Amino acid sequence: MTTMTYEQAMEQFDPVFGIEVHVELNTATKMFCGCANEFGAEPNTQVCPVCLGLPGSMPVTNQKAVESAIRLGLSLGCSIRESSRFARKNYFYPDLAKDYQISQYDEPTCFEGSLDVVLDDGEVVTVGIERAHMEEDAGKNTHKGGTGGIQGADYSLVDYNRGGVPLVEIVTKPITGMGARTAEVARAYVATIRDIVKALGISDGRMEQGSVRADVNLSLRPRAVAGESQDDVPFGKRSETKNVNSLRAIERAIHHEAARQAGLLLAGQPVIQETRHWHEDTGSTTPGRSKEEAEDYRYFPEPDLLPVEPSRAWVEELRGTIPEHPAKMRARLKEEWGFSDTDIRDAVNADALSLIADTVAAGAAPQAARKWWMGELARTANDREVALASLPVTPAQVAELQGLVDAGTINDKLARQALEGVLAGEGSPREVVESRGLEVVSDDSALEAAVDEALAAQPDVLAKIQDGKVQAAGAIVGAVMKATRGQADAGRVREIILQRAGVEG
Amino acid sequence: MGAARDWTRATAAQMAAAMKAGEVTSVELTQAHLDRIAAVDGDVHAFLHVNAEGALATAREVDEARAAGEELPPLAGVPIAVKDVLVTQGMPTTAGSRILEGWEPPYDATVTRKIRENRMPILGKTNMDEFAMGSSTEHSGYGPTRNPWDLERIPGGSGGGSSASLAAWEAPLAIGSDTGGSIRQPASVTGTVGVKPTYGGVSRYGAIALASSLDQLGPCARTVEDAAYLHEVMGGHDPMDATSLDEPVPSCVDAARQGREGDLAGVRVGVIKELSGDGYQAGVEQRFEEGLEKLKALGAEVVEVSCPSFDYALAAYYLILPSEASSNLAKFDSVRFGLRVEKSTVEKTMGATRAEGFGDEVKRRIILGTYALSAGYYDAYYGSAQKVRTLIQRDFAAAFEQADVLVSPTTPTTPFKIGERIDDPLAMYLNDVATIPANLAGIPGMSLPSGIAPEDGLPVGFQILAPAHEDARLYRIGAALEKALHDDWGGALAAQAPELEVAP
Amino acid sequence: MSSLERADVARLAALARIDMTDEDLDRLGGQLNAIVDSVAKVQEVAGEDVPATSHPIPMSNVHRPDEVRPSLSQDAALSGAPEAEDGRFRVPQILGEEA
Ligand SMILES: [Mg+2]
Ligand SMILES: [Zn+2]
Repeated sequence: MTTMTYEQAMEQFDPVFGIEVHVELNTATKMFCGCANEFGAEPNTQVCPVCLGLPGSMPVTNQKAVESAIRLGLSLGCSIRESSRFARKNYFYPDLAKDYQISQYDEPTCFEGSLDVVLDDGEVVTVGIERAHMEEDAGKNTHKGGTGGIQGADYSLVDYNRGGVPLVEIVTKPITGMGARTAEVARAYVATIRDIVKALGISDGRMEQGSVRADVNLSLRPRAVAGESQDDVPFGKRSETKNVNSLRAIERAIHHEAARQAGLLLAGQPVIQETRHWHEDTGSTTPGRSKEEAEDYRYFPEPDLLPVEPSRAWVEELRGTIPEHPAKMRARLKEEWGFSDTDIRDAVNADALSLIADTVAAGAAPQAARKWWMGELARTANDREVALASLPVTPAQVAELQGLVDAGTINDKLARQALEGVLAGEGSPREVVESRGLEVVSDDSALEAAVDEALAAQPDVLAKIQDGKVQAAGAIVGAVMKATRGQADAGRVREIILQRAGVEG
Repeated sequence: MGAARDWTRATAAQMAAAMKAGEVTSVELTQAHLDRIAAVDGDVHAFLHVNAEGALATAREVDEARAAGEELPPLAGVPIAVKDVLVTQGMPTTAGSRILEGWEPPYDATVTRKIRENRMPILGKTNMDEFAMGSSTEHSGYGPTRNPWDLERIPGGSGGGSSASLAAWEAPLAIGSDTGGSIRQPASVTGTVGVKPTYGGVSRYGAIALASSLDQLGPCARTVEDAAYLHEVMGGHDPMDATSLDEPVPSCVDAARQGREGDLAGVRVGVIKELSGDGYQAGVEQRFEEGLEKLKALGAEVVEVSCPSFDYALAAYYLILPSEASSNLAKFDSVRFGLRVEKSTVEKTMGATRAEGFGDEVKRRIILGTYALSAGYYDAYYGSAQKVRTLIQRDFAAAFEQADVLVSPTTPTTPFKIGERIDDPLAMYLNDVATIPANLAGIPGMSLPSGIAPEDGLPVGFQILAPAHEDARLYRIGAALEKALHDDWGGALAAQAPELEVAP
Repeated sequence: MSSLERADVARLAALARIDMTDEDLDRLGGQLNAIVDSVAKVQEVAGEDVPATSHPIPMSNVHRPDEVRPSLSQDAALSGAPEAEDGRFRVPQILGEEA
């Protein structure tokens, strides 16, 4: 086989790709039973007869999951089917408790949508969405012996805690004509989906925990020859690379698959239509099941569940809860707030954008709001190992704090102390300022006394100031600030010092 | 206390009344049934598991509660037999299959819970065709149950254990499950009463699924009134079963009471033309006709109705059932519970386990269902069968325009001999020709005894069908007919069964 | 109507994970063909205009609130397991040597 680079492959062939994204919903319970939907519990402690597939058990759909799926579908511009239903996808596998997966097949709840994806240079690509459907996750196999992978393992262990966790699977239509930008579009598409599910609040969007997982389909077809339209060239055989679970890995997997397939094609060898496993360590893929006989899933309508028939009124109500598209919101806020690209990107990455927005809405200046959330609060969240949004302070309180600074009631340093009090549960910023006595000393007579005391203690400094070395006043300012435990307005102190020394400010 | 009375011959309603009146205790009742089981079940083999200690413990608690003046549910203290299709914590549950031998479920079915809440001692788990696939209980992984009327004959199926336990006076009440007639057909061939409620009327949660869109649990008893009491215990909405009806439990007991008053004036009874004639035994038709005469005598108007699509019901049923079953039975894979025949890989282990754990009938139906659902055949088989289902529902809808209830013989013949049809699945399937349409349409049905076929001295069943949600009608008409027949017979039909030999 | 060849039965048995001996295939194959022939008649009346019924009583939108219910304990969950290890269900290797 011929060795090719991605760039060479994309020059010689027209890539066609599609992505299936599985989004794990952050509902309190699983898709079809009341077991907690939480990551990281002891094995087989979040299981019940339903998600263990015990004889006699029956599924009942989680209302919140249906709601989340519809909201996601609406965000992707999908139509919501008047009557959709669940089906059984039958196949035997030890992590699949019932040996069938409850999924949606011929009548998915959300279908026919499209999503605008913004690339790094600002170009917008519209990706067609074929469907978004609900299904349940499988359990988790751990392989023992050998190298810890499935191949060469002596035996395996199964934990069903993840079994039955609600998923929405979003399937794109085939995406063509992206050429060398294929990998970038794929990455940006998944990033956009991740941003949307986070903005909707239906998933934590953590790819590293598997909350958002992608399967990447790719095929290559010959470039159209002169006089022929590219649309008339049939698609090539595709590979489906499973479980590509980071944005970088999506790009890498496409690079690898494109190069691999191009190498085969140029050597006159066929590309096999198959599923492939992604290997993060080597950046390569290997074939999935050795059996090439196509699986026959024997789909049929799930008889234990009833059709999902959302009323028009309910769909419209849900539509009303859809937040602004994250990319649009970013562009708008960047403009409104005068943020740099970096400011916006950092805020997005820190999950701070909506917190900043809420703080601005509560009256703070955008830069001040950004400074609090991306500075002091980001550090605190980091130290406490919690999400920014779960810190015990509200955007309204941050705005109140900044208001106190703006009014000169406190200075920046006192504001940090006040924030500390708020985070410690001592009350609102105003209450903390009051109870801790953090207010700036604005009574001139008190300041004058403190200045006089400091000048008396350091006569040499007074001499220097009177000599014209005005910057020497800094030492006295420091002493006064110390004496007033930081509660003095440094600017005012400086004015008083210069007055007392008889020098013009 | 009076002279030793054989309490096993009483009805459940009589037992409940006697306990209330202080004439008997639940412990005495329960012990009497356990003794009877010990005496006759060696021959009948109605039970797969006898829960002697558990039943007596419940009985003692009920007696103490009653002595303490506690308010108790109507059937508290009345013992009951439970088909092994229901999961029961603390008791093995096998669904008649070797693949589940020794399995003790970590949870209770909703109906199991209701039985416990109604404080009914559970005598044990009754035998059944493996995973309820069969009409004779010969397909049990644990050996056949025998018909107390003639131990050489089948007690019906799949609920042959439940029906035989009633006919053998081992239990006054039993739970059944009816996918294509598995409550009504065993009732018919053992001279007992069985009711399949409207689909969704009783929760299926914890009933080991055969065909999810057809399965329905229901009461088995020796009288219509007893069945009514049990129906009210079992029924009602269950949030654990999405297909459960969210509506009040039908007033079965009141309806039965009303029926016994014997006035059916204004009631239209429709005789289904397609469920007679070819294949129907002479004595079966004779007793059926006599039942119709009784109904007329009570004031009912008898009309003939036609349900032409019934000719396709059996075929549709034997596509829908195996298809759903092939999927429902996939979970028996050796991973989480049940049998494991260990091989080098999971796949081989699954294949070997299922080969050893499942009997022939189960394998046949799984393969058939796998075929009917497989790529390229779905539309021709499963899809077409679901369309037939629509046609059958339309037939019923039209028939119920003309009649309040529909009637037919429950089974075309009296019980056949054990082994007679075991290698001829198609002949076996014909048993259910009259019961299957109700399951396809989801409507309720009852079988009650209508006499003994003169040619063989074996019991004959009379089937009544009502529109969906109208279960109470079955009890009204059934109780009226039953009373008229009992007046002729001088008591329940079961009393005419030959006495079983009692083990020393 | 297509009749089931021996190889078809073998393929279906593999799909359904039921090992079958040659004798099983012969015996079940014959019975299955008889059954398939008799059930195929459903196609006679399954016209395009007839909708399918998958659920006998028409109902829709039965959902449960997103509220946590108690799970089983790990011991109860594993109580029926043919083999368990470290709180998990143990199974033989998933891929065979040939994989
Ligand atoms: Mg999927
Ligand atoms: Zn669960």
